[in-house]
Amino acid sequence: MKEKAKILDKAGIQKAIMRIAHEIIEKHKDAGDLVVIGIMNRGVFLAQRLAEAIAEITGINPSVGALDITLYRDDLSVIAEQPVVRASELLFDITEKKVILVDDVLYTGRTVRAALTELIDFGRPQFIQLAVLIDRGFRELPIRPDFVGKNIPTSQREVVEVRLEESDGVDEVVIMEKENGV
Amino acid sequence: MRTAIATQRAQNRTLWRKKDLLGLRTLSREEIELILNTAKSFKEISSRQIKKVPALRGKMVVNLFYEPSTRTRVSFEVAAKRLSADVINVAVETSSVRKGETLTDTGLNIEALKADIIVVRHNCSGAALMLARHLGISVVNAGDGWHEHPTQALLDIFTLQEKLGSLEGLRVVIVGDIAHSRVARSNIWGLTKLGAKVVVCAPPMLIPEAIEQMGVEVNHSIDDALREADAVNVLRMQFERDEGGAFPEQLDYFKAFGITRERLQKAKKNIIVMHPGPLNRGIEMSSDVADGQNSVILEQVTNGIAVRMAVLFLVSQGKEKS
Repeated sequence: MKEKAKILDKAGIQKAIMRIAHEIIEKHKDAGDLVVIGIMNRGVFLAQRLAEAIAEITGINPSVGALDITLYRDDLSVIAEQPVVRASELLFDITEKKVILVDDVLYTGRTVRAALTELIDFGRPQFIQLAVLIDRGFRELPIRPDFVGKNIPTSQREVVEVRLEESDGVDEVVIMEKENGV
Repeated sequence: MRTAIATQRAQNRTLWRKKDLLGLRTLSREEIELILNTAKSFKEISSRQIKKVPALRGKMVVNLFYEPSTRTRVSFEVAAKRLSADVINVAVETSSVRKGETLTDTGLNIEALKADIIVVRHNCSGAALMLARHLGISVVNAGDGWHEHPTQALLDIFTLQEKLGSLEGLRVVIVGDIAHSRVARSNIWGLTKLGAKVVVCAPPMLIPEAIEQMGVEVNHSIDDALREADAVNVLRMQFERDEGGAFPEQLDYFKAFGITRERLQKAKKNIIVMHPGPLNRGIEMSSDVADGQNSVILEQVTNGIAVRMAVLFLVSQGKEKS
């Protein structure tokens, strides 16, 4: 795969997160019941940054949780590569909370479907809304995001890679293209 | 949380390939650590409001027990159900085994029912291996004769790690009928692979010859063995297996090897006391020890579920035949 285009740099990611934080506050005046839950791995780092941004604006620190959706995947029995199971870390009750679910890239919607099923096994929140850094289209399920950092048109031959300092040492979003014959 | 995710990723890089879990002797240190790390992730599920994940939905687990067992069978059943598998318990007393069907034939019949995993306990050493070789579906050994009881050892080790961290260099005493204990054998394989020093302690007649070749130390005095120990795993005295009167009398055994408060006072203050159950109070240990603050006996039961969930999940992903 070769790099085709850089979509966001460090400042771009920061700005996108800040904007999503503002949109969330505008929609939900009372930040007291907000919790931010990221889908492992990069969704968790984004959730942490989003919570920090919300705290900066409102002075209220929302709780942050991490969701590992491996056990809820709909392709567990067909995938060739063995998934790594990690523990979800939700150290608070989500019942009656306003949940902002966070992931890096929204694509088919299957990951979000798995995350929704898992979240509801943890409790009954007031609502769940979805925030993603990148929406690249090609949904296979009726799922749509409530907050988007950036919409980008892609082809299915392309892969969107979100790289974050916490996991990759650098903040950037790039489009990679599969080379011919691959 | 960031560092927790990073370490979890680093630890889980080994892959699980085997379709069966037959014993700890044939596992590498990395495979044992993979099971333990996976179990760590699964433990959290039992504390949820809805204690169930859909990972094995649509899979069937058959508990095939040729020996009486309540806790191991129930633990496997709970583990399978928390993963959303369907569980069938085959009670051997009422099955066609009494009509002369062989173990392999029973296994083939269960496979023909399209089961995915058989959990087997049998009084013959090697029974699980034989079944695994004849079947394409997964086989998990829940105890075979005097040979191995891998999930018990894994849950013992999991509990030790939870309490003490790394096992490297720790001294673990196993006291009781070492000769007839599959729990002892699996523990010895697992503990030594993870770097612990194992001391076995029993009257000479209950210690098999040449056990030192497994890399353990032998000590016939429990007071001596306990002195430097970080943990003691107290085996059940299986008086029901004693046919030729080779066992000491129960009261004599308690006096010579029973774990009492007086004995623990001479050991390390935070020594961990384990027992695989069922416990004979007043024979293997006194009640005040079993219920005391060094005892982790009930935590072992809780951890058993997470460990068995990890094992069922991993073997269901494995393809490699034994």
